[in-house]
Amino acid sequence: MKSKLNLNKELVEKARMHAKNVAIDTQNFIDKHTTVAVERTVLRLLGVDRVDFYGVPMPNVVVDHLVKKNLLSGGAAYYMGCAIATTGLNPQGVSQQIGRGKIDLSLIDKIPAKDALAALMPYIKKSVAKIKRNKQKRSAYLRKYGDKQGALLYVIVATGNIYEDIVQAKAAAKQGADVIAVIRTTGQSLLDYVPYGATTEGFGGTYATQQNFKLMRAALDEVGEEQHRYIRLCNYCSGLCMPEIAAMGALERLDVMLNDALYGILFRDINMKRTIIDQYFSRVINGFAGVIINTGEDNYLTTADAVAEAHTVLASQLLNEQFAIMAGLPEKYMGLGHAFEIDPSIENGFLYELAQAQMAREIFPKAPLKYMPPTKYMTGNIFKGHVQDALFNVVTTMTHQRIHLLGMLTEAIHTPFMADRALSIENARYIQTTMKDLGDEIVFKKDGIIQKRANEVLENATDLLEKIEQYGLFGTLSRGVFADIKRSPDGGKGLEGVVEKNEIYFNPFIDIMKEGHK
Amino acid sequence: MSGGLYNLDKKVYDTTLDLTDLKPYGDTMNDGKVQLSFTLPVADDERGIEAAKLLAKKMGFMDPAVVCHKALDSDFTFYVVYGQTIYSVDYTKINVIKVESEVMEMEEVNEFIREHFHRKIVVVGASTGTDAHTVGIDAIMNRKGFAGHYGLERYDMVEAYNLGSQVTNEEFLAKAKELHADVLLVSQTVTQKDIHIKNLTELIELLEADGYRDKCIVCCGGPRITHELAKELGYDAGFGPGCFAEHNISFAVNEMVKRGLK
Repeated sequence: MKSKLNLNKELVEKARMHAKNVAIDTQNFIDKHTTVAVERTVLRLLGVDRVDFYGVPMPNVVVDHLVKKNLLSGGAAYYMGCAIATTGLNPQGVSQQIGRGKIDLSLIDKIPAKDALAALMPYIKKSVAKIKRNKQKRSAYLRKYGDKQGALLYVIVATGNIYEDIVQAKAAAKQGADVIAVIRTTGQSLLDYVPYGATTEGFGGTYATQQNFKLMRAALDEVGEEQHRYIRLCNYCSGLCMPEIAAMGALERLDVMLNDALYGILFRDINMKRTIIDQYFSRVINGFAGVIINTGEDNYLTTADAVAEAHTVLASQLLNEQFAIMAGLPEKYMGLGHAFEIDPSIENGFLYELAQAQMAREIFPKAPLKYMPPTKYMTGNIFKGHVQDALFNVVTTMTHQRIHLLGMLTEAIHTPFMADRALSIENARYIQTTMKDLGDEIVFKKDGIIQKRANEVLENATDLLEKIEQYGLFGTLSRGVFADIKRSPDGGKGLEGVVEKNEIYFNPFIDIMKEGHK
Repeated sequence: MSGGLYNLDKKVYDTTLDLTDLKPYGDTMNDGKVQLSFTLPVADDERGIEAAKLLAKKMGFMDPAVVCHKALDSDFTFYVVYGQTIYSVDYTKINVIKVESEVMEMEEVNEFIREHFHRKIVVVGASTGTDAHTVGIDAIMNRKGFAGHYGLERYDMVEAYNLGSQVTNEEFLAKAKELHADVLLVSQTVTQKDIHIKNLTELIELLEADGYRDKCIVCCGGPRITHELAKELGYDAGFGPGCFAEHNISFAVNEMVKRGLK
């Protein structure tokens, strides 16, 4: 692609190099540690599921036991392998016996790690095969119906009741939506377990549970077959259960998942050590499952100023890119986030938006960028809001964004009504059709406002990344660089769930999955 | 023809404005013109249009015109309707009790606090009782705020403590005293069977029994809270939908000055 912005390529390389060094430094920390969520995920992938008599998910039962017996450093896989080898039970059976107090993993016969791994192998193979089948099924659908070119129209459903969500999602798909995201209920990101079963009560969203994933997947496949299109399903990994939800998404064929530790740290006050470790495994799983990750940079601009802080978005995208590479996630699955959030009263604000969106496109040419609509300056004036959304749609179309989160005219009023979604889809389709190739027809004036803006943001991002490299990621977050929010390395929720790995530790899925999508 | 955009019938209205008989204004005084839109869970056909029209009539609209109908799914249709309402209100008799304080911007609030108190103001907020909804209190307290309005955590001169949801009134009081709270903010989202009234009343009773009531400003907020209701229950102020951190804190710091709290 020919640069329309005349971006300084050397600067792009320099910024990437700083980001890479930050990621390497952070990865050293990640590799030495594990968390309760990572270990619960290993158990889920070994087939541990369901809840006990008190409604506690079985992966939590086993991990709580490991914590209590001070065995977490050795990892769930090793102890589960030992238990399977000595009892002949399957992982679910072992978990039930632990729950009933019949098996104590601290007293189980310790066998060599390779024998433990061998005992786990049939279960590992089973879930890996299931995820591969899901991936094949997605590819088969996309081959059969063809994948949509241009922007994927992304809308949310958020009724709180999965069955009502399905009604809304099917209608949206028929109206032309390509991606359906089921918003989670408020507060789920802070739960240190994943709720179980189909749910019908939530506030501002619906619980992410494996059963809810399954129900929505089936509904979207059904409507997709009617419409001869593949409808993608999106949910959220972020929070205290990042890798567990990634595993559930892999098992139920989700296509897009929000996956950003920085978002959890900044906006949910989740401990940075905990969530950065969780993020790594969750991205390994997403990458293996062919799931597009979405990062949350757009949110920075809801608290920080979209003009003054635009470079923090680019800096974070470059970091997220490197963290994704560390997890073996290919560029085609990197849905890096950015947003149309400049104050509508700023002169030439639209030009800055255009410059920034085009810049993201050129710096990450193959990434399916996620572009977010205006939210901060949506006022409840639905008529003006619809115009703001239209301008956002123009930038999306002109700069070839891939995941096009549709703005709702009723943003800041309520979660979308069925008709709100239809109006937004109509708006986006109109602009995408009537302005389809406008971006390719237009050349930006040399050293004009747009070119200058993009280069200015790039320069500032590069300077910032140089500083981030000095501070390290944790130091950066303590300084309030992103979204004007400061977080301390030992503050926030979930730190107690982090332990250093010991010499017997292994996570059998990381190697298999990182190898698997090469 | 249904729903012609241009109505050629001549209508005669009394075009003098009468505030005791106030009606919406379209393009002629007292024409009562209203635009509305809604979705019905039925197919997009003539019968659906008639249903939309009948519904508009029942809502008090004369001559409703369905100007747009669009299928959202096989059994859902969106309608845009215009009509003339038969209702009016007596504007002269309306009396609204509202929070009487000037709303300041974040920096003005910080400056106001520096000037009047020479210290940070401690604000403790929670969603109390069995209410598990944090969205209201988060909108006021969290840095990110809501709809572009920053929360109190972001204010330099405010020490904001968000205790989250399902905080009992006893715990709330204990924590407020421990933190030497100047301002208490209570959020109530669930209003089924008026549980919020019972809960809000209980907190005021506890505060009064404890003697802390006079030492702090107490405000409540939520989608069904009005200033009038809050005053009735013994609160200093109530904040409904569309109120943000700046409304709460502007009122609170002004009220502190008025009451001579230091």
